Amino acid sequence: MSLPSRPSAETDTASSHAELARVVRDYAGRLAAVLVRVTGDFDTAEDLVQDAVLMALQRWPIDGIPTRPDAWLFTVARNRGLDVLRRQDNYRAKLARVQWPVQPEADDRLRLIFTCCHPALPRPAQIALTLRVVCGFTTAQIARAFVVPETTVAQRITRAKRKITDAGIPYRIPDPDELSTRLTQVLAVIYLLLNEGYLPTARQTESRDLLDDAEWLTEQLHQLMPTEPEIAGLLALIRLHRARADARFDAHGGLVLLEHQDRSRWNRRLIEDATRLLERAAQQHRPGPYQVQAAIVACHTQARHWDDTDWEQILLLYDMLLHLAPSPITRLHRAIALRYVAGAQAALVELDALACELDLYHLYHATRAEFLRALGHPHQARAADQRALELTSNPAEQALLQQRINWT
Amino acid sequence: MKFVLLFVETEQFERDLAAMSQPERDRAYTLAGKWMADHAGKIRGGNKLSPAYTATTVRLNSGSEPVITDGPFVEGKEVVSGYTEIEVADLDEALKMVSTWPGCPLVEIRPLEA
Repeated sequence: MSLPSRPSAETDTASSHAELARVVRDYAGRLAAVLVRVTGDFDTAEDLVQDAVLMALQRWPIDGIPTRPDAWLFTVARNRGLDVLRRQDNYRAKLARVQWPVQPEADDRLRLIFTCCHPALPRPAQIALTLRVVCGFTTAQIARAFVVPETTVAQRITRAKRKITDAGIPYRIPDPDELSTRLTQVLAVIYLLLNEGYLPTARQTESRDLLDDAEWLTEQLHQLMPTEPEIAGLLALIRLHRARADARFDAHGGLVLLEHQDRSRWNRRLIEDATRLLERAAQQHRPGPYQVQAAIVACHTQARHWDDTDWEQILLLYDMLLHLAPSPITRLHRAIALRYVAGAQAALVELDALACELDLYHLYHATRAEFLRALGHPHQARAADQRALELTSNPAEQALLQQRINWT
Repeated sequence: MKFVLLFVETEQFERDLAAMSQPERDRAYTLAGKWMADHAGKIRGGNKLSPAYTATTVRLNSGSEPVITDGPFVEGKEVVSGYTEIEVADLDEALKMVSTWPGCPLVEIRPLEA
């Protein structure tokens, strides 16, 4: 018997954590989908999968990842199920008859996603449930990713599962006439994961990469519903972000703004793939906010240098985005594009109109500081940067703002 | 699965209703009646309630005398004005049904205990 090799360095631990997370993610959702179908009980099925995942996270780092991780997880969940369902003979009998491998139908996995993101559940619960049920996160991993106490996450999940059972939230794919609004809900959940994953935080070795999970979820949806252009749009957006991820940080983990990024570090192949995906989606002529956001990022990636940026095209796309999904944050971004088309003064006027709505948003003040500096008002600029600094708790952003206050 | 739909009126809705001409108001009631007729197969009962000023609330305190107060139990601008019991497959069917309701602007959907 050979002893498993002990991880020698921190990077090994990090990569084995990532590998573990990937394997769990690949199989946990499928297993949940199968078990919900077999037992007909969302709550029980979810508990069984969670138990199996926790067991895997305990055993696999020691024993190594089994050659058939799916069968391993299934066996653990099934045995546990036979154990806890002792008093529920009907489920127990059904579960006892199931032999691995049972392939969940594609529809089973879609059902799972739509149930987790049902509009009758509060948004934080939708996120927690999706991560746990579909992506195989543990409660502790969700708590770490969103910096909330574990008990809060556990409570959200318990309440959500109770509501699914008791309020009659169905386990099914929405009818065609409901599909587009329900899909919007699902994509909103993934978009929040993307935002959270994109936050400039120092990479924690233990926490799962939310960007990775967001991409995986969108990929699944894209495979299951290949003709939905907004899914393709979101997938392109995520990949375009990932293609540039490395260039966003310098060697010391400091944040590098788009203007100063070393564009040779962008992953060109990934950018080209994502752009093609977006072009195919656009051919359907059903534009939506995700396709347009991806188009904006794509436009940035096409510029070889910051000075080559096609700001007029970007401004046009922001106008389109505002038309599709009005929001003060989008107006803020549009103002940045406007600065390069019509000058800092015009852009500042735009910003001032947003003062009430975005007063508590640090990037509003940071952007204002940039415009004021460009217009030759260093004192006001510094005050705006100071205000931004007070409003962000993100260390990388704090460092950047502090630098600007000190040096300019 | 059985649900109760609680129809809730707001002050604004009452004002709008009061501001209508009689033919407009009749039309609004006809629409609500038509909705009820369209979903008759799923409706198991229910009623419109008399206005909020007719409500009386009793608060029972263990040990002491019940406190009787005038008005609905929630002090607010939103008042339950009617209820309908329905029988449908699941919450989505109830949601779909409610989304076409032409009357008051708020509806709470609550399952009956199994």
